[in-house]
Amino acid sequence: MNLGEQVKTAWKSLLSNKLRSLLTMLGVIIGVAAVIVMISISAGTEATISEAINGLGSNLVFISGSMSFGGPGVRMGTAARGGLVYDDMTAIKDKINNIAGVTVEQSTSATVEFNGTALEEITVVGSTPDYPTVRDMKVAIGRFYNTRELDRISKVVVLGKDVAEQLFGDTDPIGQTVIVSDIKLTVVGVLAAKGLVSGVDFDTQIYTPITVVFQKLSPNMFARFMGDSVRQIIVSVNEDADMDKVIEQITLLLAKRHEVTLDSLDFSIRTQEDIIATQESTTASFRTLLAWVAGVSLLVGGIGIMNIMLVSVTERTREIGLRQATGATPGDIQVQFLSEAMMLSLLGGVLGVLAGIAGAYLFGHFSEMRTVILPYSVALSFGSAALIGIFFGFFPAQKAAQLDPIVALRHE
Amino acid sequence: MDEQPAIIQTVDLVKVYGSGDSEVIALDGVNITINPGEFVAIMGPSGSGKSTLLNILACLDRPTEGQYIMAGEDVSGYSRKELALIRGRQLGFIFQSYNLLPRTSALENVMMPMMYVREDRLSMHERRNKAMEVLESVGLADRSHHLPNQLSGGQQQRVAIARALINDPILILADEPTGNLDSHSSYEIMELLHGLNDRGRTIVMVTHEPDIAHYTQRILQIRDGKLASDKKNGKMPPRPQEALQATEQEVSA
Repeated sequence: MNLGEQVKTAWKSLLSNKLRSLLTMLGVIIGVAAVIVMISISAGTEATISEAINGLGSNLVFISGSMSFGGPGVRMGTAARGGLVYDDMTAIKDKINNIAGVTVEQSTSATVEFNGTALEEITVVGSTPDYPTVRDMKVAIGRFYNTRELDRISKVVVLGKDVAEQLFGDTDPIGQTVIVSDIKLTVVGVLAAKGLVSGVDFDTQIYTPITVVFQKLSPNMFARFMGDSVRQIIVSVNEDADMDKVIEQITLLLAKRHEVTLDSLDFSIRTQEDIIATQESTTASFRTLLAWVAGVSLLVGGIGIMNIMLVSVTERTREIGLRQATGATPGDIQVQFLSEAMMLSLLGGVLGVLAGIAGAYLFGHFSEMRTVILPYSVALSFGSAALIGIFFGFFPAQKAAQLDPIVALRHE
Repeated sequence: MDEQPAIIQTVDLVKVYGSGDSEVIALDGVNITINPGEFVAIMGPSGSGKSTLLNILACLDRPTEGQYIMAGEDVSGYSRKELALIRGRQLGFIFQSYNLLPRTSALENVMMPMMYVREDRLSMHERRNKAMEVLESVGLADRSHHLPNQLSGGQQQRVAIARALINDPILILADEPTGNLDSHSSYEIMELLHGLNDRGRTIVMVTHEPDIAHYTQRILQIRDGKLASDKKNGKMPPRPQEALQATEQEVSA
């Protein structure tokens, strides 16, 4: 009995039970489609993240204070409260070579008003004049605040593009006064569009000298108590500089200033590469999780096939007996039922691939999430479906092949 | 002139089912020889072992002891696969309940056993033609595309006979071929088998109806797992023609 005939016989037998075959395939269809859609979602997320990381700006070193060592008020000295202070930034700027810029960030949230229009929950980023250089941002209209304004705690503000559009529309915002948490600030510039980077929409924020945040905008007593501590110092290292060397120098400098040993640093330094590595390990585990979920549904589909094949073997016991009586060897019977199971899973696989591609496309189109269909996911899911057909078809086929022809022929 | 080897030769055939207390001796030393061209009926009360004997002769089962030599080939110790190949190549089966594949046309039912032929395979087209020829020979050319449930019992059995003939077997085995049929159809089937026998086919059938066995050449009586009698019906067995005509008159009356 050759393969072409096997396939034809299997096909006829599936056709004679169309609804049942379709329902059985549905398990595989859903499983295969799930694998493709899940992988396309995780691939889409990865693509978004890697674009975001590249948009951070190049050669950045992020220094964050950690409050776990000592905590506020425990240690004496320049960094009595632990973590980072504004002067750490100044020290880095003065003493470390090969850096293109240093800035700090300390943010707060406030309502921004102009002429009756109020925008709530706007992030106010307190920083230094180096901010646009380090963050790789351009000023569209006007200018960024300067060092003099920083030192004098001048009440000036630079607006993100979207904030400017929402507050002023077609009006020229330069020189206008906006009210931020009851403080009047003069608009000196508007930034060019930067968009969403690493989950932060730079166009919906406003930017003031950090001194203004410290002195005027700190929303509560705790923040005032925290004084000039900063959440993060960002250093932009020269393109041709040795990154590791610069990091080492910064570490030694800050350790000395904070009076801590290298074993008990109260700050951490990350580079962009570290962030990429962290993101990658996060997305990798995300992808693994999705793959497992999809794999389980594929497995359930396989069990469905086994179930229906066992029913089919029982129902067709007489047919099996007859085929054996007319010369079918146990091998022939096994191949017949195995090819039916295979056909169910392969056909389910093909339909599942189509459904998966369509699903991934529609999902990317109609949801916030981005999807990228990877060719390997199609191969993987289809291959798994084929293997599942063999694996779950094997036992029922074996059962059919081992039937005693006499018993099978007498079966009612 | 050289004698052709016997189609069936059994030597002290024993079949035991179960073991210990539940041991049942179904066959207890059966010696039979059936030569080419014979038309033999195996008779006996139920539980006599006649079905067991037929199953062994049909290569569906293996003897516990003794030998079964089929056309010169000792098949007693054959594996399941080897027995399957023998069945496909040399045997044709007719069952009491026809055993046609449902939802499958008469023609395709007849073609089915050709699927399992391993050597000298025919093309699909040749198989179709051959199946049509055989269907014609059992008088069902015009029913070739009917499904089993569109055929009468007698017609279904004739399809089954065509199926048994399709691979040119050296031996045809029938298990109560008329058991499910009315007497008119029974005579028709017997007439058909007779015709096949006339053209040289060797046929062995199990029946418990004496008037059906009456139309064969030789009757083997099995009792308690042993061959009780082996009688020839005479050189020229009666044909079921007369009985057939008689029932036809009944039908038309």
